[in-house]
Amino acid sequence: MPTVSQVLDSMDYGPAPEQTNHVRDWLNAHEKGLGHFINGGFVVAANPTWIEVRNPADASLLGRVQQGTAKDVDAAVAAARKAFPAWSKLSGHERAKHLYALARHIQKRERFFAVLETMDNGKTIRESRDIDVPLVARHFYHHVGWAQLLESEFKGYGPVGVCGQIIPWNFPLLMLAWKIAPALAAGNTVVLKPAEFTPLTALALAEACVEAGLPKGVVNIVTGDGDTGAALVNHTGVDKIAFTGSTDVGRLIREATAGTGKKLSLELGGKSPFIVFDDADLDAAVEGVVDAVWFNQGQVCCAGTRLLVQESVAAKFTARLKRRMETLRIGDPLDKSTDMGPLIDPVQLSRVRSLVKKGESEGGTLVQASHPLPEKGSYFPPSLFLDVDAASTVMQVEIFGPVVSLMTFRTPDEAAAIANHTRYGLAASIWSENINVALDAAARVKAGVVWINCTNLFDAAAGFGGYKESGFGREGGREGLFEYLQADWLKALPVAKVAKPVKLSGAPVAEAAATPIIDRTAKLFVGGKQVRADSGYSYAVKDAKGRVIGQAALGNRKDIRNAVEAASRATAWTSASAHNRAQVLYFIAENLGARADEFTGRLQQGGQSAREARGEVEASLQRIFHYAAWADKYDGRIHSTNSKKQTTLAFHEAFGVTAVVAPDEAPLLGMISLLMPLMCMGNRVVMVPSESQPLLATDFYQVLETSDVPAGTVNIVTGTRDELAKTLAEHDEVALLWYHGAASTMVEKASAGNLKSTWVSGGRVVDWRNADQGQGAEYLRRACQVKNIWIPYGE
Amino acid sequence: MPKVGAICVYPSMVPAAVKALRGSGIPVASVATGFPAGLTPLEIRLAEIKYAVEEGAEEIDIVLFRELVLMQNWPALYDEVAAMREACGPAHLKAILATGDLKTLRNVYKASMVAMQAGADFIKTSTGKEEVNATLPVSLTMVRALRDYGAATGFKIGFKPAGGLKSAKDAMAWQILMKEELGRRWLEPDLFRIGASSMLADIERQLEHYVTGRYSSLVHHAMA
Repeated sequence: MPTVSQVLDSMDYGPAPEQTNHVRDWLNAHEKGLGHFINGGFVVAANPTWIEVRNPADASLLGRVQQGTAKDVDAAVAAARKAFPAWSKLSGHERAKHLYALARHIQKRERFFAVLETMDNGKTIRESRDIDVPLVARHFYHHVGWAQLLESEFKGYGPVGVCGQIIPWNFPLLMLAWKIAPALAAGNTVVLKPAEFTPLTALALAEACVEAGLPKGVVNIVTGDGDTGAALVNHTGVDKIAFTGSTDVGRLIREATAGTGKKLSLELGGKSPFIVFDDADLDAAVEGVVDAVWFNQGQVCCAGTRLLVQESVAAKFTARLKRRMETLRIGDPLDKSTDMGPLIDPVQLSRVRSLVKKGESEGGTLVQASHPLPEKGSYFPPSLFLDVDAASTVMQVEIFGPVVSLMTFRTPDEAAAIANHTRYGLAASIWSENINVALDAAARVKAGVVWINCTNLFDAAAGFGGYKESGFGREGGREGLFEYLQADWLKALPVAKVAKPVKLSGAPVAEAAATPIIDRTAKLFVGGKQVRADSGYSYAVKDAKGRVIGQAALGNRKDIRNAVEAASRATAWTSASAHNRAQVLYFIAENLGARADEFTGRLQQGGQSAREARGEVEASLQRIFHYAAWADKYDGRIHSTNSKKQTTLAFHEAFGVTAVVAPDEAPLLGMISLLMPLMCMGNRVVMVPSESQPLLATDFYQVLETSDVPAGTVNIVTGTRDELAKTLAEHDEVALLWYHGAASTMVEKASAGNLKSTWVSGGRVVDWRNADQGQGAEYLRRACQVKNIWIPYGE
Repeated sequence: MPKVGAICVYPSMVPAAVKALRGSGIPVASVATGFPAGLTPLEIRLAEIKYAVEEGAEEIDIVLFRELVLMQNWPALYDEVAAMREACGPAHLKAILATGDLKTLRNVYKASMVAMQAGADFIKTSTGKEEVNATLPVSLTMVRALRDYGAATGFKIGFKPAGGLKSAKDAMAWQILMKEELGRRWLEPDLFRIGASSMLADIERQLEHYVTGRYSSLVHHAMA
């Protein structure tokens, strides 16, 4: 032990180790192996395969858990299914009391969970103790409230059922809380699979569930690797899958669940921009980089790993950042003064190393902190890449380690362009002392979470989740709860008879159109213009009695390509004011109203009586008015996140390029009911109208043409529905697809490419005339995505 | 063992302090310039400095005329501090910003910069008489200002938090701040001081605990 004088001379920091004795006792008690938590008890299979769980800081063995089999998953799902009726029928208040007990029990064991998490994961005790575990408790408390308020705040919604939840190793207990708390609050029961690297806190929490008196089977935990996860995803007794993890696995899950009717939420990868403007508080921004990239060793999906710095301050900023890297303390994560611990596993370490090597081989300049690393454990130093460009691997690929890559920009336009030039859209961090600069950048960046002058802030009251290939769905807040609820009307929709697909022929049919008028050519409507189909074919359109009433263009994949490109360029609609969009929608109604007789006649050709047809036109006018009314009223929210000087704005943002494949039933009203909410929220739309009655849509584009709708806002491609739907579902520029028809499985499967959001009919039929089904909040909610912008204020 | 940096007294007490500390190697510092409000006319404030220096004070703690900061009148502030610097002669000048009165971190940063440009050897947070005295955010702002000034000019400027620091734990917090932001060099008394009257006894208590493993009583140590 050094003397007082020696300490006062060297002024070195001493060790400040956290005690581990309580956790060691617990590990010793479970030395033989930890069981799955099924139906309120811990279950060990007859002859299980064990997975060893090691401490990443020193590779020491902490314990072992079972590799969950399909049989184990089956038992867990059965337990959850059995518990569901009673749990979902409890009053909100009763469920609130259960969640409250759980929240309390987590707090009573807060240090236990923190120490165990640090030993299991390698994250520093400073983070597990001050960030992870408090957020876990906060998440449960917040959802105590949602359970209590569910009946009054979510009228017309009910639980989904049994939820399969798969969580990653980077925030084991926090991700468990994000999954379990909202699911339980909404009345669901769950089967959760923790990551095989980090299953321990989940099982300790299972003990807390018992301690807190949670009914058996409400929470079930099955340990294991990806195979166990796959068994859960594919289990027919599961009604919803919630997954947090890599984009690649997210894609597999999207494909596996396609057409099953399972509700799905995915929180996937990211390569988030961290933008530093020249008027930023540079020291604060440097500290921001520390929290963005070296928090949790950079093993954070929303890490701000693309550092974009305005060129005029780049030299100064880089010098300060390099200096700060040198003062980071890397080592034992159980030491209270450690800033960075080890990576999760040698596998992850070698992945990070190889990506860094690639970055160097591509010409990047690697700067690393000179701090010596511990000899044992999967440590990697804080790293900064300079001299990279937008095409560099290290600027594009998610490294999931403590590595940040720096590029410069000169103008806000350039910053936004680089920031958005990525397949991901999870988060962004923006640094400027000027509110105009900061909010402008926040509006332009395509990400689900935007932090202004801060980074990596989380709270149960605000939704977290991404745009683009970062997934869909939100966790936290009101928007997150919807992922665990289902609208009653949707659940009650009848399944339709699947109509046999008709092969559309482009050959002449030798039959004159029934209506003796001047011949009309129904074209496609693309980029505000009537255009001929690329194929050069048309198909005969018949009335209800089988008589030819005209021809419609036989659109193909190239027409879809052109339509998507037109929609992609038509940004004016998205940036128009809500009032302006409302005016255009009202004007559409005005012009459709003026031609009501014509559309009534067209509907009659489809077999409707005059009265029915008039009714559908009238309902269509009402529906347009409905969404024109909502255009400037479907407001975002200000979330009450847990900090005094901070505001968190939840914006409802358009997806951008969206697509509608409209139903055959109520061919005018159905089309209008899907088109209008998307337009209302500022989306541009590529629409495939009813295959059998396409002339309603081609008549309708004349209404659009005369209603001040900007070119490219709505594009109409007629033709073989499911062939066009497939092209749309596969198109990586389309962000959202609403599909009505018989090929929901194909659509969902094909959507996995860019992980676009989808809403498919699943063979169910909407009664479009019934306003409870054909319009309303569910449509608006699904027509936009929530962007949460965090704005701390004050000095 | 390290010694205290200086004993800081009012100007009228300088002769007594000098006498008491003769031979100890500990310098006498004096608050001057209408401490703590700084609202007496400039000529009188300058005369006060000269008196203290003549009586043997080796360090002078001046206070800023707050109005000049709040009005963002930086040329006038520069001229005043420069005049005080001249009046100090060989004595060190510590500029007290009275950050509790300046209110914003932006004011604190700018006032720090002007004081250093006008010749301050040290910048100091507070007189100890403001409503809010030394805080960590204010200290961080001042430390970063002196770091920026050093980077631009090559001059090392000292920092002194004062007021409200009472415990050994407070001392540690500020030492960590200095070490992390500026490095080990800024833990020496020529560049870092803590202005405190009751802290010393608590430090002694904690050292005793470190040595014996038993918690100590204040009455076992000298009264400050």
